[in-house]
Amino acid sequence: MKLKKKIPLIDQHDKFGFWGGKFGGNFIPETLKKPIEDLTKEFEKLRKDQKFIKKRDFYFKNFIGSPTSFIKLENLSNYLGGAQIWAKVVSEANGGAHKIYNATVHALICKAMGKKYIIGDTGAGYAGKMLSMAAKKFGLKCKIFMGAKDIKRQKPNCDAMRKNGAEIVPVYSGSQTLVDAVSECMRYWVSNCDNTHMCVGSTVGPNIFVKICGWSTAQISRELKAQLKEKFKKVPKKLKLINCVGGGSSAYGFWSEFIDYDKKHIELIGVEAGGPKKSLLHAAPLSRNAKIGILHGAASYVCQNNEGQIHETESISAGLDYPGVSPIHCFLKDTKRARYTYATDEEALTAYQLVTKFEKLNPSLEPSHAFAETIKIAPKLSKNTILIVNSCGDAKKDRDILKERLGKN
Amino acid sequence: MKKNSLINQSFQNAKNEKRPALLTYTVAGDFTKKKSLEILKSISNYADICELGFPHNTPIADGGQIQTSAYRAIKNGVKINDVFSIVSNFKKSKKNKPIILMGYYNMVYQYNENKFILKCKKAKVDGLIIVDLPYPENKKFASKCKRNNINFIQLISPTTSKSRLTKIVNDSHDMIYYISMLSTTGGKLKVSAKEIIKQYQKIKNHNKSKNVVIGFGITEKTIESLKKADGLVVGSAICKEITRSIKKRQNAVTNVINLVKKLKNKIK
Repeated sequence: MKLKKKIPLIDQHDKFGFWGGKFGGNFIPETLKKPIEDLTKEFEKLRKDQKFIKKRDFYFKNFIGSPTSFIKLENLSNYLGGAQIWAKVVSEANGGAHKIYNATVHALICKAMGKKYIIGDTGAGYAGKMLSMAAKKFGLKCKIFMGAKDIKRQKPNCDAMRKNGAEIVPVYSGSQTLVDAVSECMRYWVSNCDNTHMCVGSTVGPNIFVKICGWSTAQISRELKAQLKEKFKKVPKKLKLINCVGGGSSAYGFWSEFIDYDKKHIELIGVEAGGPKKSLLHAAPLSRNAKIGILHGAASYVCQNNEGQIHETESISAGLDYPGVSPIHCFLKDTKRARYTYATDEEALTAYQLVTKFEKLNPSLEPSHAFAETIKIAPKLSKNTILIVNSCGDAKKDRDILKERLGKN
Repeated sequence: MKKNSLINQSFQNAKNEKRPALLTYTVAGDFTKKKSLEILKSISNYADICELGFPHNTPIADGGQIQTSAYRAIKNGVKINDVFSIVSNFKKSKKNKPIILMGYYNMVYQYNENKFILKCKKAKVDGLIIVDLPYPENKKFASKCKRNNINFIQLISPTTSKSRLTKIVNDSHDMIYYISMLSTTGGKLKVSAKEIIKQYQKIKNHNKSKNVVIGFGITEKTIESLKKADGLVVGSAICKEITRSIKKRQNAVTNVINLVKKLKNKIK
């Protein structure tokens, strides 16, 4: 299994849609073959269409607010000693997280295909909130599928979705979290694919959804590359890019421009959700060696039992609370280009406290997992090592959880 | 594959009686391992072919009724090996009644494809439907099944394109499953019977010798209108009856037999 250079990772799959010959693919019911084929053709056409690219860039700039800033966390670096810690503040994007990139592109594709309805899944509520924003912006009717448990714990994002005119469909089956929301969303699409476009909220699902999402979030690393050259004149010699990984859309977007570099030069570190410290449940299929399985139309490392039943997961962060992971991250793991680890709920909370104590930054619980790893390794590294964390979400949505776990906030 | 499989014979028998074959779907282990075998045995007195689901907890193409049955079975601890033993037990007394196992690919993948097929063969499973392993991804697996005298059943849906349809029919074994409408299992029939039969006929026109069954949205109310087909599948309606019986503390086995009898009478 080998990575190719100069070809975007999203395009390094075979004709059946597999990365590295075994991750990804299209494990879908017959009914979805045609809509997925149509979507694939449309996307391949659009991404080559200069007019469409212009449109995308226009909305990225004027609707999303690109570029998001790239800042040094001076106080945190000084406190920890060792490496310099920087952050790409993707949470500045309209809506407060990276999910807006994928949502905007899907809304544009939906328009281009002449469909009036758009549906999507959501865990933390960000993917849902952003899709509702994009739907409103482009005049589309929007339905969001969300686990009943998540609706309770991410209320601020639910309020936003409703305000944007989207309908939230609560999902009561299974663990009532993201995994069930994605299943229910796919079921709805099976029944309504003739007039409805589906947006998958991360780089997961059948092959084409991985590609569209990765193509959209890649904006993050394009911006970062330019910002690195601006601040350092060139790409620094010792660089580590640290990102949380649930489905893996923000990590792919953060890394895509840097995958061709040698890992000794630019290390890619993915941090999964380890769950509560003493719990056996987690949402870390890559770093805790889950087996390959099929979930939501794609093969990837999946938290499951030996029979193939998908495990319930547990994490304080709804956005990372997912038993599967993007096939492209499985590919990056097996080719050893990226290193994956996990942080527990407690470590993420401690990291959140430390970051907010020293910096004017309010990372949500998802990037707090990435900060936890950063805080762990920074003191051991040299001053000329640059650690960059993708602060990909804002903690406003975590208000209630933070209050419950940390007291006053 | 044997020329005259049990599946083929069942369709032939129904044809001789000038009626479509009745196919039932129940979930293995619903609502207990013992009861599901009992249900299977008793409905097979009226059904021509029995489909038996091996339950998965992330079923992306199933509606509420079958999900409920699947979750119930998993909660009751049913494992893949239990599914095989249910089939073996069934075949001891009903050796000429075809059984088709139906489920999702991850279960087969975790068990190991080859091992799964061997187990099927040993338990005398007649056919397999893997919902999320479509053509052409299923080519290798389908031919492995064929070599072991197991029918791999291809699905065709209203969204299947013309060129794809031709290829799927050419690659199919004795039976093809036509999905009546854009829906998960158990949805309300939202297409007219006339339209469904028209689409069905398109498949038949490609190859008259293939047995084509129609499934999804078939209930006591709708079954008669689709009588023209080679076979009709009823699944969610049966699962629903089991759920209803449990809730009302009635005998699920008796209730399900009565339902299947009624279904059979409608297409006689």
